[in-house]
Amino acid sequence: MAETFLDSTELVLNMGPQHPSTHGVLRVIVKLDGEKVLGTECVIGYLHRGVEKIAENRTYTMFAPYVDRIDYIAAVSNGLGYCLAVEKLLNVEAPARAQAIRVILTELNRIGSHLLWLGTHALDIGAITPLFYCMREREYTLDIFEKYCGARLTTHAFRIGGLQYETYEGFEKECLAFCDLFLPKVDEYEELLTGNRIWRKRLIDVGILNEADCKAFGVTGPMLRAAGCKWDIRKALPYCGYEKYDFEIPTRENGDTYDRYMVRMQEMRQSARIIRQAVEGLPAGPITAKVPKVIKPPVGEAYVSIEAPKGELGYYIVSDGTTQPYRCRVRPPSFVNLQALDKMARGSLVADLVAIIGTIDIVLGEVDR
Amino acid sequence: MRTILRKVFLVDLLQGMWVTFRTQHPKNIVTEQYPFERPKIAERYRGAPRLNVNPENGQTLCISCDLCALACPEALIVVGWERNPETKRKDLITFTFDTSRCMFCGLCEDACPVDALELTQDFELASYSREGAIFDRQILEEGIQPKKYVF
Repeated sequence: MAETFLDSTELVLNMGPQHPSTHGVLRVIVKLDGEKVLGTECVIGYLHRGVEKIAENRTYTMFAPYVDRIDYIAAVSNGLGYCLAVEKLLNVEAPARAQAIRVILTELNRIGSHLLWLGTHALDIGAITPLFYCMREREYTLDIFEKYCGARLTTHAFRIGGLQYETYEGFEKECLAFCDLFLPKVDEYEELLTGNRIWRKRLIDVGILNEADCKAFGVTGPMLRAAGCKWDIRKALPYCGYEKYDFEIPTRENGDTYDRYMVRMQEMRQSARIIRQAVEGLPAGPITAKVPKVIKPPVGEAYVSIEAPKGELGYYIVSDGTTQPYRCRVRPPSFVNLQALDKMARGSLVADLVAIIGTIDIVLGEVDR
Repeated sequence: MRTILRKVFLVDLLQGMWVTFRTQHPKNIVTEQYPFERPKIAERYRGAPRLNVNPENGQTLCISCDLCALACPEALIVVGWERNPETKRKDLITFTFDTSRCMFCGLCEDACPVDALELTQDFELASYSREGAIFDRQILEEGIQPKKYVF
């Protein structure tokens, strides 16, 4: 019998770039055998804005609002990474009060980012309810940002050398109130999801990435910690006075999608713990270090990495002694973490692929920059 | 035995349902009915720009120093001024602010030495044309006047 095209079992499909569960404009070319994924390839660049090139023709101060747009869900973390890199070039350090406020805001942002991840990830799996609850709690963090710096998403909260804004009246009280309110809510999400049989069946042993593979791909953040490696930049290379705060690095062993979910849930609780400590020990004092009005760092280069919600976020800035950076390279966590998609998805089903894309916690603004 | 009973009676699902049931109470509804219910905007909110005038005599506070235009990352502020031969000071003639490209970073506001340029709590910036997003001096001083759509 002559072979017809109907006999071929392999099928190449495009998933995205406008597929709702690819969390933005990610296009995944999937090779399928029935429902089984034989291989995947990511096509990125649909949201490329050339942020690194923009940096080369903006002054150091002017570029600060652009970094908020790299990872727009965790804009505060991005701003912190950039400010720390330029401060390292300038060889200045932000005052203690500024550092504590930076810690509070970045941890609030981590909670907000994880909440958005949890909501959309659960939505991908088929649980719609957690999204609404997550959005409800995320609103509180956004309200604090709005009151503090005047913007909710692309905050531009930090300036080089410290902060622009002093805390508003009732800032400490609101942060503590949020911590009190938030911890029972995490239990509520866990009540909805952790024990749920559909949730467990869809996540356990799906998209396993062991520690050796994580290290080979350069995967960082909750994905690495779910595989059992106790690596957190906040502990390993403390910045902004993180060594003063008492918190734990949650880890799990298997490195599957369920473990990554558990790690992120624990991380939210730890973040609330850090916020509480930082607010209670908020020192008084100035909020800006002595920084010249026109920022002209000496010739040199600096690399600073911080623990963003998604993993290690690095800024590498080369200065040629002028007011504009010679080169600004961003090491985005989700871009690096996305490379592990093929390894995790091979051999799984299409429905699992959706769960795996969700568990990486990608933001396409950061992948493409 | 316990796990089997838990499975048969769908305990895990009922547990989740109980959470959703708890939030059904009208007291727990958090949705904001936007056009009917105005959101509370924070004092520091960075919204529509405004050029402040002296409330006593209506004269502009702007001293045409051009610092906002220099601070703007997108270079969307254009300050037009003329040297007054009598007072030897700069008189502000035009001031354009292109909100279509603005990212509301607040750097212009920080740069202003006399607090003339300010970002206000006004957040409804929609307009019917691209040109409508470019604010001239009159709009900046008087605020946005909502226009009715004419067919």
